[in-house]
Amino acid sequence: MPIVSLLAAEYKLFEVMKKFILKRLGLSVITVFLVAVIVFFLTHILPGNVARQYLGRGATEEDLVEFRRVFGLDKSLLSQLFIWIKDLLQGDLGTSMQYRGPVSDLLLPAIGYSSKLAGVAFFLIVPISILGGVVAAMNRGKKVDRLITVGGLSAAVIPEFVWAIVLVLTFGVTFQIFPVTAFPEEGNRDVLNQIWYLILPSISLLLVLFGYIARIARAGVIEALESDYMRTAVLKGLTRRQAVTKHVLRNALLPTIAVIASQVPYLIGGLIAVEIVFNYPGFGTILKGAVDARDYSVLQSGVIISSLVIVGFQLIADILFAVLNPRIRQKVSE
Amino acid sequence: MSDKKLSALAEKSNAERKQIRSERMQLVLRNKTFLVGASMLGFWVIMAIFGNLIAPRGAGDQDFEFVSVGPSLKYWFGTDANGQDVLSRVILGTRLIVVMSFTATALGTIAGTALGLAAGYFKGKFDMIVMRLIEAISAIPVLIIALLAIAALEGRSPTLTVIVIGFVFTPNIGRTVRAAVLGESELEYVAAARLRTERTPHILFREILPNVLPPIIVEFTVRLGYAIFAIATLSFLGAGVEYGSPNWGTQIAENWGSIYSNVWWATAFPALAIASLAVSVNLISDSLLEVFEI
Amino acid sequence: MSAVPTLELRDLEVAYTVRGIDREVLRSVSLSIAPGEAYGLVGESGCGKSTAAFAAMRYLPRNGKITGGSILFEGKNVTDLSDDDVSALRRSAISMVYQNPATALNPTIRVGDQVAEVFQLSGVSKLDSFAMAQEALVKVQIADPAQVMRRYAHQLSGGMAQRVVIAMALASNPRLLVMDEPTTGLDATVEAEVLDLVRDLRRETGTAVLFISHNLGVIRHMCDRVGVLYAGALVEQGATAELFNNPSHPYTVGLLRCIPRGGLHKSTDRLDTIPGTPPALGLHFDGCVYAERCALADDKCRTQLPQMVTISESHVARCFRSDKAGSLPHLVEQVDFAPQSADKATHVGELLLEISHLSKVFTQDGNKVRVINDVSLTLGVGETLGLVGESGSGKTTIAKLLLGLVSPEEGGVVTLDGKGLAKTLNRRDVHDVGSMQIVFQNPDQALNRRHSVTRIVSRAVERLRSFNVKDSINRAHELLSGMRVDATLHSARPVQLSGGLKQRVAISRAFAGSPQIVVCDEPTSALDVSVQAAILNLLVDLQKQDGVSFIFISHDLGVVRYISDRIAVLYLGRVVEFGTSQRVFNGPFHPYTEALLSSVPNIDGSIRKRIPLTGVVPSPSNPPSGCVLNPRCPRKAGSGYEKLCETEEPNLTEVEPGHFMRCHIPVAKLKQLQN
Repeated sequence: MPIVSLLAAEYKLFEVMKKFILKRLGLSVITVFLVAVIVFFLTHILPGNVARQYLGRGATEEDLVEFRRVFGLDKSLLSQLFIWIKDLLQGDLGTSMQYRGPVSDLLLPAIGYSSKLAGVAFFLIVPISILGGVVAAMNRGKKVDRLITVGGLSAAVIPEFVWAIVLVLTFGVTFQIFPVTAFPEEGNRDVLNQIWYLILPSISLLLVLFGYIARIARAGVIEALESDYMRTAVLKGLTRRQAVTKHVLRNALLPTIAVIASQVPYLIGGLIAVEIVFNYPGFGTILKGAVDARDYSVLQSGVIISSLVIVGFQLIADILFAVLNPRIRQKVSE
Repeated sequence: MSDKKLSALAEKSNAERKQIRSERMQLVLRNKTFLVGASMLGFWVIMAIFGNLIAPRGAGDQDFEFVSVGPSLKYWFGTDANGQDVLSRVILGTRLIVVMSFTATALGTIAGTALGLAAGYFKGKFDMIVMRLIEAISAIPVLIIALLAIAALEGRSPTLTVIVIGFVFTPNIGRTVRAAVLGESELEYVAAARLRTERTPHILFREILPNVLPPIIVEFTVRLGYAIFAIATLSFLGAGVEYGSPNWGTQIAENWGSIYSNVWWATAFPALAIASLAVSVNLISDSLLEVFEI
Repeated sequence: MSAVPTLELRDLEVAYTVRGIDREVLRSVSLSIAPGEAYGLVGESGCGKSTAAFAAMRYLPRNGKITGGSILFEGKNVTDLSDDDVSALRRSAISMVYQNPATALNPTIRVGDQVAEVFQLSGVSKLDSFAMAQEALVKVQIADPAQVMRRYAHQLSGGMAQRVVIAMALASNPRLLVMDEPTTGLDATVEAEVLDLVRDLRRETGTAVLFISHNLGVIRHMCDRVGVLYAGALVEQGATAELFNNPSHPYTVGLLRCIPRGGLHKSTDRLDTIPGTPPALGLHFDGCVYAERCALADDKCRTQLPQMVTISESHVARCFRSDKAGSLPHLVEQVDFAPQSADKATHVGELLLEISHLSKVFTQDGNKVRVINDVSLTLGVGETLGLVGESGSGKTTIAKLLLGLVSPEEGGVVTLDGKGLAKTLNRRDVHDVGSMQIVFQNPDQALNRRHSVTRIVSRAVERLRSFNVKDSINRAHELLSGMRVDATLHSARPVQLSGGLKQRVAISRAFAGSPQIVVCDEPTSALDVSVQAAILNLLVDLQKQDGVSFIFISHDLGVVRYISDRIAVLYLGRVVEFGTSQRVFNGPFHPYTEALLSSVPNIDGSIRKRIPLTGVVPSPSNPPSGCVLNPRCPRKAGSGYEKLCETEEPNLTEVEPGHFMRCHIPVAKLKQLQN
């Protein structure tokens, strides 16, 4: 094939991928927009309710009017929605009803902390879960397999806060191996120490997410092991180990990418309970505080930010999946 | 024929085919995982129904001579900081979570099935809109959307929580059902039904629905496990249930602070209760998954 | 045979463990393949032929194991070889080619890398391996190997993928090549190409071949010697011509009689069937495995295990009564169908269905794809119209258009019995819907697996005839029993029935509304030949008794020729030839029909010169200009009409009375070229 047509093919692929990414991006924007609308109407479902809810039954009529004026609740619902979305697009998350300060001042540092926890958890969860799935698949039907699949999923249905408390009780209080909080004291916050403090909370997240990811990785590996192309590889004369590393893993682990992304909502949801048990000043703690105080501005922004993260991960996973999978790449180009 | 097909054929040779249906039931009943899960769940269902007859003490009974005392013959699971019997509160807390999780899941399953059937069969614009909405709701963590809704609707009532959980489960089940229906509606028995002038409701409910029941049943049990998970967590976070009523999540929320002073029993037993209830449901869904070979 | 055989199976026994019980799949199979020889194994599904192939490769499924006997490769016992040694053997001496080439290649690795891998395994450097891979692809006649090497499996057509798999198999210079149904699922013209290629390569390399197929015609053309497997036992073996001309086991005799071969037609010939069904896997036999279904069997056959009897020097059969096998009585199975409306049968041949200017455009990713283009056909009362064509020719879409499952483009008209039919099903009245019914290819998908057999048929009666529930059930039982679905099976679910029985249920359903036309979309292609024959007989009987008309879609030319009165040949959504069965099969042929007919391996061993179609079927989204066949047409070059063929699409014109063609080359010229 002449070089020119080779280049043309690559260029076409590039164009096709660009189109695909733009399309996915557009869909993601629609999703986030819908989230914003859903969240807005959920909090404003009873007209005039927000102020009454926030200020409580004892508030006077003047208090209510003043509160509505400050937070723009006296405008029509649609214009409130419009203003809110406009502000969001400009990066303005609004004013906290509870603290009367910018929501971003409250949320951004908390998100920073949560990202550290989520990051450590992520780096524990992904390799361990995939490894678990592969080991289970290679030992299909044996004890190890049952342990990983049944045990993993059983662990996954036990709420994070239960795990967190059990872990604190055993490793923190009884054996005193790990610290019982997630946040080292001041002056003791070098990176390694911070990670050390985040291990126990991460394990409680790991226990909840391991089961699902391992299950999907296992299913992928088993499907690939039973595939015709695996048979071809073995009949070509590859040893089982060669065939598995060269032909099975890549095909088997592709679907796992999508599943990992699909677990991000659960990871974020799990942060709330874990952060509270480990007394960690993250996103979840702030959100819980906002629920208790009925601070709707913080709640709304918090939900939007979490769905942005979730949609972002899904987008990355979709693109990664398409890039790594020639069949999808082809489908996209047709 | 490939060896895989051959061995599949071996599994379903003529003589044995006849028994497959009844065997499937037997397979479920003979499955160890299922038996363990079912007996655990059975235990909790009995506790939920007859809890007030079984519990040695009332939910609010306090014994100020025994405050934060560990397990003993008198108080098997010990007492909490209010001098309340942990065992009785665990037993009496069963009914609320069992009833709530079952109704919430049933609600979500019915709504999701209807949505999924319609979206998968009609396709086109309707499907597109439904899918976008499903996608949007799935982009908010279940716990956060539940917290938000419960906070906004001024609710600590269990009914409200049940409705909210049912609502947030609808997209998940809808998605599963839709995928199954998409596959089924391509099959020629649907064309055959149209070729005898069947109307759409008949095709949806009498032709397609029976064929997508296995994934719906499995999805129901999976969601049930997650409903227990979510309701326990919500009540731990102080949302979704009324104060004061015996409830595992609330019980833990009230007592877990004392684990640092080694008063573990007031927290550990309700935690164990949540874990065993959730695991029992998971074992059942796991065994069904195995038998239905999904 | 003086030389050491390349492969020898000695009393090989293989069992699958199902639910803790070992079930015998191969029963003491002995055979040997000499160096350079091609040995064919035939049999119906479940007879163990694939198991034999994989056992030869020492590759059995997880639940399979060798329970007795031995496998010898070049005189060396390889039955108990360690995994590493088996791998070494596969790397250097034995290779395999299988069915479904598309899935046999890894979807995420480039084709070139997969071929090169074989060379790398034998120690060739990475760089050299790619050059060698390219050479290997040239050897299997891939036109643009450098470009093919960069592709992924899903970007290859079925024939191309099979060439790649063959290239991989031959890369190690094997002494034995095992081919398991290598052309099953490929279109006839592609199959012919692949078979030609294998024959050429064999001549070149002298590799011994174990060739597995259910297709007796293919075996006849490809193999020097043949073994017939039944229920895991080798029942007959002999030199190919000898065995086909003088079959000496009743099973082989029955099998050959089932096949609608050259020239047989429903009006004069009835197909034989084999009674009963193959035994369940792993059943134990005291006597002959075939005794239960054999018309010649006596007590001895049922109680004593027959040994191989020598028929001639190169021909053995495992039968006590092999001398009588040739005179096996014919089995005639009659249906007992009570037609509901007797008036139909009276005017056979009168015009019943007229299809004119039917077109269909699908929108695929924004592109308009014309899958059916201006199809016009007619069908008479009590006649069968055969639709023939390769995959993508639009056969099934035409069926869906007729039934109203998809609606045709503006201008297309379907007239049934003088009445124009509404375009879509929803607009047709009950009578019109009941008048035209269908039997689908795959009964597993066409019968709702949650409903009972009775319900499947009675519900159709209820809707289409407006009977009450009780009468519907009675009529359903009548229909089912008439189609020889035993009353004990009426309450069963489809999954409990064999493939043939399922198809009988589907046929019963199609007859629920006393149809005038039943479309049969590949109704027998998922069935074994013996079952196929019974279904074809059933359809013929129904036509004789009820005067129903059929539209019969099939890729199997023998079957279509047997059952059809008229035949339409389709290519790329167009009717290229239409005429009586006689005309279409005896010529003069449309160039495409000619190529198609010449690619079928005949079971009688006659060699027809293959007229090859070059290139691949073009995509309907981008059809060639002029005649759509012109880039591949075997008769264009030198016809003197090249210019016209390339610029203008020919119309379907009547070239002889009742014989239509879509070709610029005059029929006289075609006739001359074809003689």
